Amino acid sequence: MLSIVEIDYGTPKAKSQTMVALQIDGKTVRVPEGTSIMRAAAQAGINIPRLCASEMLEPFGSCRLCLVEVEGRKGYPASCTTPVAAGMSVSTQTPKLADIRRGVMELYISDHPLDCLTCPANGHCELQDMAGVVGLREVRYGYDGENHVYAKKSDGSANPLFVPKDESNPYFTFDPSKCIACSRCVRACDEVQGTFALTIQGRGFESKVAASQDNRFLDSECVSCGACVQACPTATLSEKSLIDKGQAEHSVITTCAYCGVGCSFRAEMKGEEIVRMVPNKDGQANHGHSCVKGRFAIGYATHPDRITTPMIRAKISDPWKVVSWEQAFAHVASEFKRLQASYGKHSIGGITSSRCTNEETYLVQKLVRAGFGNNNVDTCARVCHSPTGYGLKATLGESAGTQDFDSIEQTDVVLVIGANPTDAHPVFGSQMKRRLRAGAKLIVIDPRRIDLVRTPHIRADYHLKLKPGTNVAVLNTLAHVIVTEGLVDRDFVAQRCEPEAFEKWRAFVAQDKYSPETMEAETGVPAALVRGAARLYASGGNGAIYYGLGVTEHAQGSTAVMAIANLAMATGNIGREGVGVNPLRGQNNVQGSCDMGSFPHEFPGYRHVGDAATRALFEKDWGVPLLGEPGLRIPNMFEAALDGSFRGLYIEGEDIAQSDPDTQHVTAALSAMECIVVQDLFLNETAKYAHVFLPGSSFLEKDGTFTNAERRVSRVRKVMAPKAGYADWEITQKLAQAMGYPMNYSHASEIMDEIARLTPTFHGMSFDKIDRLGSVQWPCNEDHPDGTPVMHVGEFVRGKGRFMLTEYVPTSEKVDAEHPLILTTGRILSQYNVGAQTRRTANVMWHDEDRLEIHPHDAEERGIADGDWVGIRSRSGDTVLHAMISERMQPGVVYTTFHFPGSGANVITTENSDWATNCPEYKVTAVQVTRVSQPSDWQKRFHAFSDQQQALLDQAQPADTLGQSPA
Amino acid sequence: MNIERLIGMANDIAAYFAVEPDHATAVHGVRDHLTRFWDPVMRRELKTHLMQGGEGLLPLAREAVDGLSMPPASTG
Repeated sequence: MLSIVEIDYGTPKAKSQTMVALQIDGKTVRVPEGTSIMRAAAQAGINIPRLCASEMLEPFGSCRLCLVEVEGRKGYPASCTTPVAAGMSVSTQTPKLADIRRGVMELYISDHPLDCLTCPANGHCELQDMAGVVGLREVRYGYDGENHVYAKKSDGSANPLFVPKDESNPYFTFDPSKCIACSRCVRACDEVQGTFALTIQGRGFESKVAASQDNRFLDSECVSCGACVQACPTATLSEKSLIDKGQAEHSVITTCAYCGVGCSFRAEMKGEEIVRMVPNKDGQANHGHSCVKGRFAIGYATHPDRITTPMIRAKISDPWKVVSWEQAFAHVASEFKRLQASYGKHSIGGITSSRCTNEETYLVQKLVRAGFGNNNVDTCARVCHSPTGYGLKATLGESAGTQDFDSIEQTDVVLVIGANPTDAHPVFGSQMKRRLRAGAKLIVIDPRRIDLVRTPHIRADYHLKLKPGTNVAVLNTLAHVIVTEGLVDRDFVAQRCEPEAFEKWRAFVAQDKYSPETMEAETGVPAALVRGAARLYASGGNGAIYYGLGVTEHAQGSTAVMAIANLAMATGNIGREGVGVNPLRGQNNVQGSCDMGSFPHEFPGYRHVGDAATRALFEKDWGVPLLGEPGLRIPNMFEAALDGSFRGLYIEGEDIAQSDPDTQHVTAALSAMECIVVQDLFLNETAKYAHVFLPGSSFLEKDGTFTNAERRVSRVRKVMAPKAGYADWEITQKLAQAMGYPMNYSHASEIMDEIARLTPTFHGMSFDKIDRLGSVQWPCNEDHPDGTPVMHVGEFVRGKGRFMLTEYVPTSEKVDAEHPLILTTGRILSQYNVGAQTRRTANVMWHDEDRLEIHPHDAEERGIADGDWVGIRSRSGDTVLHAMISERMQPGVVYTTFHFPGSGANVITTENSDWATNCPEYKVTAVQVTRVSQPSDWQKRFHAFSDQQQALLDQAQPADTLGQSPA
Repeated sequence: MNIERLIGMANDIAAYFAVEPDHATAVHGVRDHLTRFWDPVMRRELKTHLMQGGEGLLPLAREAVDGLSMPPASTG
C-alpha cells in the first residue's frame, strides 16, 4: 500500500530535456519526451483509472483499466505503455472506455472477496477506489464458479485454487485470496529491490504470486525489504502493524536511524503511535525504497527494555538507584568536578555518537572542549571510518566521499572493495544492482564471495579474492598496471594534480616489486585478474570506487584509502558524475559525527585545534579559552584509564564494551574508571560498567539532522514525545549547565544555526533550507547555496590533488602454527552493528546468533560439521560459536558477525590498529578453530556478569526524591 | 601509559613514512604526525622513553621523537 499522502503518477518520470505538447481531454499538456500518456494526464490533474501501474515501476500494461482513445489511432491503447507524441489528442473518458473499464472491473471483483469493511486496506485500497471510479454496480458472474477466494467450493469440496494466508514473515502477511495478479509485487522485487524472489506461477486463471519455489515468504529468498508490500494495490500484502492498528491519519517525513544510506521515510502515524514506516518517494537518497531494518525494525523504540529514568550507583556491584534528572545532573557534575580537582583537567572526556543527530554530536564535543576544558573527545568513527577522514583529506583535501548515490547512474565500471552493499547498505546496494543489470561492469575486491559477485542477472567481471590484510598490496598492483601500461589519464593529472608528487608516486608504483606477478604470492590474486581489472577500471569509461570497512579497519587502513584516491586521480575518475571515491559509511551519522568536530584534534569542519585563527573563532563564540593540542582518542583513553590518569567518561549512544576490539582490555579500562556516564536507550554492555545512566531518546523522539554517506544533511523529525522526557541534546545541555558552562538552546535548529555560523562548509545550512529542499549536501555556502552533489569539480578542495606514497607494510598479525587461520568480521542484512536495536525486533528471525563461517576444507581438517560448537582462539582471547560451513570463504579464512554481545567476536580481535588513526584492525586476526563442547570461560564470565547486572537493574529503587522530573 | 603500545604506534607511523625517498621529509612526516594527532601526554612519555635509551623504537621514529617540541605541561 502506498503512503497515505503521496501522489503516484503511474509511470516513472522521463528524463528528456525535450518538451512535447499534446491535448488530453481538451487541455494542452507539456511534458518531457518519453513521458507516458498516463503520467502526462496525472501531471495535468487528470487521473486515468489503473491498477497495475506505479511510478516506482516500469509500465506493464496488464490491468486493461488505463485504456484511452487517441484521435486518429485505432483501438484503445494502454496509457501507461503509450508515450506521448507531439500534437496527440487523447480522450481519457468516453462512453466506450467507461464500458470497457466496468467490464474489466467486474471480472476483477468476481474473483475478489467482498469483505471491504473488515479489510486492512479499507479506506486506502486501489481496487476499491477503482470500483468506485468506474462506477461498478453489479457483478454478474457470481462466486460459485472457479475462484481464489474461498477455501471450499459451493459443493463443499476443497478449492484447489485457494491458498491460505501466509503469515510466516514477522512484518507482513500474504493473502492470495485478495490478489489481482497485477504483478506489482513481482516487479517491485525485480526492478526496485533486485532480489527476484517473487514470480507469477502458472498461466491464465491459475496465475498466482509465489515466493521462490512456492515457499513461505520467510523460507524464500525474500529479504523482507517491503517493496512488494508498498507496491500492492490491495490488502494481499499488508503490514501486520497496519492490520493491527488500522489506517494512519497523518504522516511525517524523517530520516532512518540505521545505516549510512540515510533513507528518507514517512512515519505514518495515529497520534503518537507509528502505524508503519513508508520510504519517501521524494527521498533523495533512497527514492522510495528501503530495507528490512528501516521499514520494519523500529519496535526497539517502544521496547519494554527501554530505560526511562536516570539512575546512579557508587560502584558497579551496587544496585541502581532511580533518581530525578536534577539529581542525576548534579551528581555527574559533582563527580566530574571532583575528578578534575583530584586528577587534573585532563582526567575526563566524552564520546559522541554516530547514531545521534549532528546537533547532539556538536553539543557533546562543545561540552568537552568548552565545559571540560580539554580535547578528550572522540567518536565511534574512530573504529570505522577515521582512515577515510585522514586519507581523503591528505589526497583530495576533504574528509568525505566525492559523489551522490545517483552518480552511479552514469557509472560504466563499478569497483567495490572491502564493502558488502547488499548486506550493509542495502538500499544503495539495490541501486547499484540496478545499474549493473543495465550493463555497467563490476570489479569486486574482497576475500569473501559476497552476494554481489554472483546474484540474479549480475556477475562480477572480476573478483579479486585477496588474502585479508593485503588491500594495499593489491591496490598498488592495480596502480602498477595503470602506470606501466600507459593507462594514466595524463591530461587530468597534468591539469589537476601536483606534478612532483605524481612523478614520485609513478616511480614508486612502477617498481617491479608491485607488479601483479611479483605480488601474486603475497596477495593470493592471480596476476592476470589484476591486469584485467586495472585495464577495465582505467579504460572502461566512468569508473567509480565504492569502499567500506574492509578497507579502513586494517593496520594500513589510511594507506589503503590514499591508494584508492591515487587510483581515481591517475585515471581521471574524479570531479564529475559517474566516477569518484565513495566511502560507504557504517552508522547513520558517521559522516555527520566526523563533520561535527568529534575527533580530538579537530574542530567542526575538520579544522585542526592547533590552527590559531579557527581556535580564536570558537573561543570568541563559546566565550572560553580552548586548547590547541589534540586530546585522547578512544584507545588512548583506555590506556590512560589503565595507568590511572583518566577517570571519568561521558558516553552518548555508543557501546564500546561490545563494539571496540579486545573486549577484555576495554572492560579492564572501564573497570578502572571512577565515573562512567552512559546515555543510551538500553542498559547496553557499556552501561553494565557505568555509574550513571541517563536515558536517551530514539530518533522518533527528537528534532535534528543526520548526514549520510553522500554528505546529505536530512531532517530528523519528532513524531512522539521523548519517553524519558528529554531529547539527547537537551540532556547534554542540562549537563553543561550543571557543570557551570552555559548552554541555552530552545530548539535543535538553533544549534544548527551555530554550526553554520562557525563552519565554512555549513555557512548556508539551516533547518529552513533543508525543509525547503528536502535535503542538502554540504558544502553548502556562498559558493554552493543549494549544496554540492559532486565535489572536486574543476579543482580539488586542496587545490591540486596530491598523490601519496603507499608502501605495503604487512600486518604484524601473522598466522603461525598455533593460529593458522585468519578471522575477518562483518555485518549481515537483518542486524545492525552491536544489535542493541535490531536484536529487540523480529529481525532475529533471520539471524538469531553470530556464527563462524568456515570453508569446507578447513572444517573437514578439523572434524567440524555444520552447526557444531567451535572454539576460536586468538592471541587476545577465545570464544565459542556455532560453525556454518560455507564456500563463500576461501580456505584459510574464517568469518563472523558481531551483532550479539555473548558471541564475544571482539574478545578475539586484537589491539592492532591503523598507523595514522588507531582505527582497529578488525578485519585481520590470526586464530585457531577447534571443535568444543561448551562455551568459553570468557562467555561463562560474561553471562554471569550480565545476569548480575540485570539483577542490579531489577533491584533499582528510587532514591530520595529531591528534584522534579520534567512533565 | 603502556610504553610498549606507544612504541608500537610510533613505529607503525615510521613504517609508513620510511618509503619517502627524502630522509628529512620522512623525519618531518613522522614528527608532524605525532604533533598533530597525539595527545601531548603521549608525546611526552615517548620522548622520556627516548631520553632513557629509546629501546624498541625504529631509527626513523627515534629521529622524529628526538626533535619533538613539547607544549608546556599546563596546556596538555
